[in-house]
Amino acid sequence: MLQMKTHYPDATRVEPSHRRTLAIIVDNEPGVLARIAGLFSGRGYNIESLTVTETEHEAHISRITIVTTGTDSIIQQIKSQLERLVPVHRVVDLTLTGEAVERELCLVKVVGKGDHRVEAMRLASAFGARTLDATLTSFVYELTGTTDEVERFIKLMTAVGLVEVSRTGVAAMARGAEGM
Amino acid sequence: MSETMTGAEMVIRALQDQGVEHIFGYPGGAVLPIYDALFHQEKVQHVLVRHEQGAVHAAEGYARSSGKPGVVLVTSGPGATNAITGLADAMMDSIPLVCITGQVPTHLIGSDAFQECDTVGITRHCTKHNYLVKSIEDLPRVLHEAFYVAQNGRPGPVVVDLPKDIQFKTGSYVRPLSNQHKTYRPTVKGDMEHIRAAIELMANAKRPVFYTGGGVVNSGPHAATLLRELVRLTGFPITSTLMGLGAYPASDTQWLGMLGMHGTYEANLAMHECDVMINIGARFDDRITGRLDAFSPFSKRIHVDIDPSSINKTVKVDIPIVGDCAHVLEDMVRLWRQGAHQSDKVALKDWWGKIEGWRARNCLGFRNSTETIKPQHAIQRLYELTKDRETYVTTEVGQHQMWAAQYFRFEEPNRWMTSGGHGTMGYGLPAAVGAQLAHPDALVIDIAGEASIQMMLQEMSTALQYNLPIKVFILNNEYMGMVRQWQELLHGGRYSQSYSESLPDFVKLAEAYGGVGIRCDNPADLDAKILEMINVNRPVIFDCIVDKTENCFPMIPSGKAHNEMLLNDYLGETGADIGSVIDEKGKMLV
Repeated sequence: MLQMKTHYPDATRVEPSHRRTLAIIVDNEPGVLARIAGLFSGRGYNIESLTVTETEHEAHISRITIVTTGTDSIIQQIKSQLERLVPVHRVVDLTLTGEAVERELCLVKVVGKGDHRVEAMRLASAFGARTLDATLTSFVYELTGTTDEVERFIKLMTAVGLVEVSRTGVAAMARGAEGM
Repeated sequence: MSETMTGAEMVIRALQDQGVEHIFGYPGGAVLPIYDALFHQEKVQHVLVRHEQGAVHAAEGYARSSGKPGVVLVTSGPGATNAITGLADAMMDSIPLVCITGQVPTHLIGSDAFQECDTVGITRHCTKHNYLVKSIEDLPRVLHEAFYVAQNGRPGPVVVDLPKDIQFKTGSYVRPLSNQHKTYRPTVKGDMEHIRAAIELMANAKRPVFYTGGGVVNSGPHAATLLRELVRLTGFPITSTLMGLGAYPASDTQWLGMLGMHGTYEANLAMHECDVMINIGARFDDRITGRLDAFSPFSKRIHVDIDPSSINKTVKVDIPIVGDCAHVLEDMVRLWRQGAHQSDKVALKDWWGKIEGWRARNCLGFRNSTETIKPQHAIQRLYELTKDRETYVTTEVGQHQMWAAQYFRFEEPNRWMTSGGHGTMGYGLPAAVGAQLAHPDALVIDIAGEASIQMMLQEMSTALQYNLPIKVFILNNEYMGMVRQWQELLHGGRYSQSYSESLPDFVKLAEAYGGVGIRCDNPADLDAKILEMINVNRPVIFDCIVDKTENCFPMIPSGKAHNEMLLNDYLGETGADIGSVIDEKGKMLV
């Protein structure tokens, strides 16, 4: 038997994973989103949240915000792989220099009567949610906040008659005076 | 000056403006207008292949042997899907191609029309970039941009999907002053601070080694010249990947041979023991590194690559330099000279002493026979009898490919065309067609196996049609040799489906195509028959009947490190069960 035991340390050290928010500036051309989403699925990366819309109409430029998790080396690979795509102008890790400002928006529909209805109103006002629609038995609220705030709001609303949720992904921007 | 013309005419005009002389293609419903436009001109010569995959491989052979981009023209649906394997191959090996695919008219896209497929969707992952052109106004820009994207940065295939109604539409064509992409600007010049640090590290190295790859070949002949200069200036040993063969002359004493899974003993041990590794245009492929956690454990690493995503992908490096090989090598040579840097002569002498010891092991030695033709011997004779000619070699994929890489010695870049990353059986014959077209007076040989050759055999017909005197040299061992070798190693010698049953008579087959067939099964006749093959100015299939049981050595088994190689006398000396060499974890790796 020639089976050898190794005297080298394992290369695949377990590195800690981090949550990262990437802003990707791209040409808004057909298929660009498929290219980016396909890159993530094809290479086994994670997308936790994805937000995209054209931000500069004249120049047809879109800003894509992706929240992902990975070890430092994987995050570096994600950035390099994204930058390799022809329509990608730039990739900025917004969380590189500390926490970025991050917001997402959710719409929730709650249906109920009596105490449930009153409690729903109280909670909405405690969270600073806006009432977008109301009937005698229902509300549609809008809440903008961090992912955690939105999560908590939805959890509480579940107890008072939540029937439907619609959420955006995260929109994010680095803090401070400097622009991208 | 703008001119009015149809979309189909724009395609041909753009090709002419790009200086394209040859395109490889196959007509069909969705590209008929372009074929009609081809009919009316003579500048661009169309080569009719027999299968679209062949068109792409031919364009790859053309591109890799000439340094020019390869161009492919195929129809929608099956035309496009048949081209996929070739595109994926070009993507993995960074070959610049522009592939124009026909598409159903824009108003039918998405309706499951006849011969419709989502070409841009399907090819998104196997091209560097792709376009679906939906308006005639975009067409001239896209066509020229496609050539820019294919050739700049890390080269790769670009697909332009062109609906039939756009081909008929009339618009104005202007040749852009520069065909650059509006934003895509890859870095070609390396960071000077990093290059300086690299030179410093090299000057202080005790056990350095150059590890070069296909990037040097892609960067152009100038890069190979600069590489030779730098290697000679420093006196360091040099090894190369499969894709990089020829960038450094194999006859030089500083050359260690190819490295990796079937690389030489001296090259792999030099990689294992080195203290400074200078990677130029290679990507730490898994066939090179072997077990990652045992890869070159003592080295500081410099990595020059035009693709930032290659850096730190699998192997961590100490000095990354993003840039084109030729540019970076030029800076390196200049800095080395300016700073009057000197290698550590004493240390280097020791290092070379060690390497000579490994070399003395003569890892490519084999026991020759007078009874049967040993495949290694066949390649050696092929090399010896062709080395004084301008010879281009292509290969299929398998044992014969590795033997060709080991025993055929390349002195110049662009002479060696093989499917490295994708490992596509069937690559060699069409690639030879492409290479012969680019070099009509050269000797072009496809070193093949009897199994691989049958994957794209129909391209013999193309070779005949265009009087391309390619030589198909089949090492016929009646097995899918590499599969059989792995079954021997991993699966207890149970040769499941790897025997080449019902082989055709290759001599008659050659004759049926209108070529020349030669068979050789006697070592004594080999030289004469090889000469006969070389001296025929027609396509030849040479059926070289070789030893059926020979395996490819040296070999780093899966899951093993560079210093755990198997050499060719391994079985003979120890009598051990070869299947026990690879452990459970290694079996997963293939």
